[in-house]
Amino acid sequence: MAMSPAEIESMIKAAIPDAQVNIEDLRGDGDHYAAYVVSTAFKGKTRVQQHQMIYEALRGRMGNELHALALQTSLPPDA
Amino acid sequence: MDSHVTERIRQEVQSNDVVLFMKGTPVFPQCGFSAAVVQVLSHLGVKFNGIDVLQDPGLRQGVKDFSNWPTVPQLYVKGEFVGGCDIVREMFQTGELQGLLQEKGIQNQPAA
Repeated sequence: MAMSPAEIESMIKAAIPDAQVNIEDLRGDGDHYAAYVVSTAFKGKTRVQQHQMIYEALRGRMGNELHALALQTSLPPDA
Repeated sequence: MDSHVTERIRQEVQSNDVVLFMKGTPVFPQCGFSAAVVQVLSHLGVKFNGIDVLQDPGLRQGVKDFSNWPTVPQLYVKGEFVGGCDIVREMFQTGELQGLLQEKGIQNQPAA
């Protein structure tokens, strides 16, 4: 079962309210996405920890229903 | 979590400087993400121990539990989890990966 971009975005935002989320459907197949997430919540965290926050937000869907989600996380420029 | 598997992973990442848990082997990766990490490491001339999780379902799940990371590949340097494909690629592009390897005293011979 694939996930829709809207579903991914809303799960991320539910866990990280200030997140700006940009999702790209890489192959147009609803199964290979890239997500760019910007949030002040990433401050002081390593990349591994930032990505773990996203995976936690997706509550186990990553690696299961969601086969491929390329992630890029960053802080807002003024943070 | 299976403590036998956890122990095996711990031993593996502590006794080898650079370990890549991957799908397939370094010569025949079975997944594009694993292949991408192999390519980065090979490009940097880093010697690494590639472990095929497809050969062992217990290991495939175990390595995810070990690092609290939902996907394979997973790169470890000196016992420390560095990241999956996205992070390795990003760190390679910014030069951070090269810096980390140098800092940890990993020998490498970049491809000419």
